[in-house]
Amino acid sequence: MKAGETLPVQEFRVTRADLVRYAGASGDLNPIHWSDRIATSVGLPGVIAHGMLTLGLSGRALEVWAGGPGRVVELGAKFTRPVVVPDDDAGVTLTVAGTVTAVEDGRASVVLEVTCGGEKVLGAPKAVILVASEAAHPDAPDEGGGPDEVDGGRPGGG
Amino acid sequence: MGADATLVGRSFPPTAPYLVTEERIAEFAAATGGEYAGGPAPVTFPIVVAFRAMQDLLADPDVGIALHRVVHGEQRFTYTRPVVAGDLLSATLTVDSVRRIGGAEVISTRSEVVDAEGAHVVTAKAVLVHSGDES
Repeated sequence: MKAGETLPVQEFRVTRADLVRYAGASGDLNPIHWSDRIATSVGLPGVIAHGMLTLGLSGRALEVWAGGPGRVVELGAKFTRPVVVPDDDAGVTLTVAGTVTAVEDGRASVVLEVTCGGEKVLGAPKAVILVASEAAHPDAPDEGGGPDEVDGGRPGGG
Repeated sequence: MGADATLVGRSFPPTAPYLVTEERIAEFAAATGGEYAGGPAPVTFPIVVAFRAMQDLLADPDVGIALHRVVHGEQRFTYTRPVVAGDLLSATLTVDSVRRIGGAEVISTRSEVVDAEGAHVVTAKAVLVHSGDES
């Protein structure tokens, strides 16, 4: 991993079922993430994804790039645009792109671009990941391939 | 009800210890596009503990903000060490600032997450935006 390197884009599909799954796993039962009635009552266009689900998927992408969990030592972003998730089977697709901006003392700074439908949904998302020797020389066979389609929550799905 | 300047600098009692299990990590990993195969928890997992501290803040009698009136404005994690199964974690939330922007209260919080020995694991900073308009 070196400064200027562009990391392979990762995609995550998010449906209403994924919001329910995230609510259960995180304990965040805020009804704006599952009730259109309450979401619209507070001025939202409809049910929106948890900002933390978007950030969690971004964290997953970072862990894939870093070579596993435990190597992302800093992660932060502003939730600038709500991700509206329609009540249908298709849901929406989040796209996570990353660029390495600096590598120093075994740590890589990564600037993310997280979009949905071509619009940025996170403000100034950035992270610091540990660059271990294994992470610096990944032996994954599919490096450099197209975007990985990952079902937003179903391990091994997609 | 809502947040005001008197909240700034206030720390809330530590949340009840939360035992991190492999099952909870696996559920969280599955809900965030991954698959747990042992080892550290996903980077955003500590939100589970930090969220409890945020709920205590919102439910405080001096604050009394309904969860559905709150939008998460910003979140940041800074780690000392990864979270692993077996950790007993507790979060202590401090209100760093309260600003009024338009009709909204912007509450900046910092939750220090420590283990059973009291050693720092991760700091979770959250900005919560409360639209005070009840109409």
